[in-house]
Amino acid sequence: MDIDSGTVDYVARLARLALSDEEREQMRAELSDILEHAGRIRALDLDGVEPTSHPVRLLNVARPDEVRPSLSQEEALACAPAAENGRFKVPRIIEEA
Amino acid sequence: MSTAPSRVIETTIGLEIHVELATSSKMFCGCEVAFAGEPNTRTCPVCLGLPGSLPVVNERALEHTIRIARALNCDVASHSFFARKNYFYPDMPKNYQISQYERPLGAGGVLEITGDFPTRRVGITRVHLEEDTGGSLHVGGSGRIADSEYSLEDFNRAGTPLVEIVTEPDIKSADEARAFVTELRAIVEALGVSDVRMEEGSLRVDANISVRNAGETEHGAKVEVKNMNSIRSVGRALEYEEGRQRAALVSGDMPVQETRHFDEKAGTTSPMRTKEYAFDYRYFPDPDLVPFEPSDTWIASIERAMPELPVHKRSRLAEQYGLRPADIGILTTSTAIAEWFEEAASAYDGPAQKVANWIIADLFGLCNEAGIPLTECKIAPRQLAGLVRLVDSGSISGKQAKQVLGGMFATGDDAALIAEKEGLEQLSDAGELSSVVDEVIAENPDAADKVRAGQMNTVGFLVGRVMRKTKGQANPKLVTDLLTQKLAP
Repeated sequence: MDIDSGTVDYVARLARLALSDEEREQMRAELSDILEHAGRIRALDLDGVEPTSHPVRLLNVARPDEVRPSLSQEEALACAPAAENGRFKVPRIIEEA
Repeated sequence: MSTAPSRVIETTIGLEIHVELATSSKMFCGCEVAFAGEPNTRTCPVCLGLPGSLPVVNERALEHTIRIARALNCDVASHSFFARKNYFYPDMPKNYQISQYERPLGAGGVLEITGDFPTRRVGITRVHLEEDTGGSLHVGGSGRIADSEYSLEDFNRAGTPLVEIVTEPDIKSADEARAFVTELRAIVEALGVSDVRMEEGSLRVDANISVRNAGETEHGAKVEVKNMNSIRSVGRALEYEEGRQRAALVSGDMPVQETRHFDEKAGTTSPMRTKEYAFDYRYFPDPDLVPFEPSDTWIASIERAMPELPVHKRSRLAEQYGLRPADIGILTTSTAIAEWFEEAASAYDGPAQKVANWIIADLFGLCNEAGIPLTECKIAPRQLAGLVRLVDSGSISGKQAKQVLGGMFATGDDAALIAEKEGLEQLSDAGELSSVVDEVIAENPDAADKVRAGQMNTVGFLVGRVMRKTKGQANPKLVTDLLTQKLAP
């Protein structure tokens, strides 16, 4: 199953990735291979087979509702490229074209 | 050009409601859940989306969600899992929101609502669990996104457990929508799983509304209405939007699919700028979180621990106290109010309706004026019962009681103490009143003769004279009795 470079561009835009022409072609080939594999599974008769959401057979993992210490404001902001008044500072939020 | 004068237009409304759960800790980490506070003081590597961190589900959040699902008559999924909803927005540090997609915890429910319309059964499409985002402050310009210079992010709220409830498009008017939200809020409050404070955002309502000519099978273009921050604004926004769309349909200028923002002050909706292409969230199962298969015994134990739901409370109050249906509706809008009433009613031996009347007709007014909920007023339920007993005994009149209630509200003192302090004791001593009545009869011989001759409507005049002489403190019923005795033909 082949995907075209338009689809690669669309997925790249959704993921906010800027791809060079070379990378786009590499992605196109790799994604096509993955889809081809999915296509083989799709060709099987899978009526009544539950889709696998998780490959590891592990269920019902939860923790009790208990408060644990948080980071300090300083620690939380330590990796922020910019901060102001205890908040993360981000560029103006703009609509997508 | 002519339009049919009486064409029938139908309104269709579906609601999407978000409820922030009142757990102690966040959905996938141990950071505290609280309102406001210093920014970015309740975060950790998990809710900040730092590399290498792993989420773990809060068990109580699951329980709360199952509670909501069952209270809305949903089936609880025997197999459920979390999915990643992928999109980019600065208030969401991971660039995806952990939510549910294919297998919500609850689905296929129904909630019946009543009001000034035929009883309506509203289908509940799904009840799912997800995490809340952080909060943004837009700096510069007018403070709205569009012309701001930059934004500031606080992630204290990011990762708070959030339940999304989606209804079928079964709601037919703004009135019904308001009734639905009122009932849902009462249920969630009764369950004790959320603060349900719309003004603080712990209960958020978005609506999809469309109109069509009766008989059409396709729905009209769906308009999403946002920014309704109280039950009242849900009603106002949808009434406005319903009217706008109906007018558009009648004029032939068909409504278009869009998202509109409700302006609280103007009472109108206006289009919001949104992306033109459909969102592509690329949902996929979150590999960091394993699926859930709640056991029947666990679900059963959650159900056993469920408190009385508003619908059951209403029928019990009707049966147990014989209250008027409209009053029951008012007293059951919140668990706290219903509890307050029941405590007052249990401290009073007479008809509970009297207690309800005092709460609804007088106490609510005082609370509204002071801007506090009933539960925060200084009067204890048993003190209200005391006031009603004081009136029953004839110690004070109904009119004086209102004044006493005002005093109780201000000080928190007992009714009897206020009445005594303010000299509001009603004159109920027959001997003392008897001499005043005699004086009045002597001073008004003509009126007295009329009463002796059987003109009973003149009694009122003489009662008024006695009241004036006693500065309004005489027990009017006792005065009337004394006058009719003394002036018997």
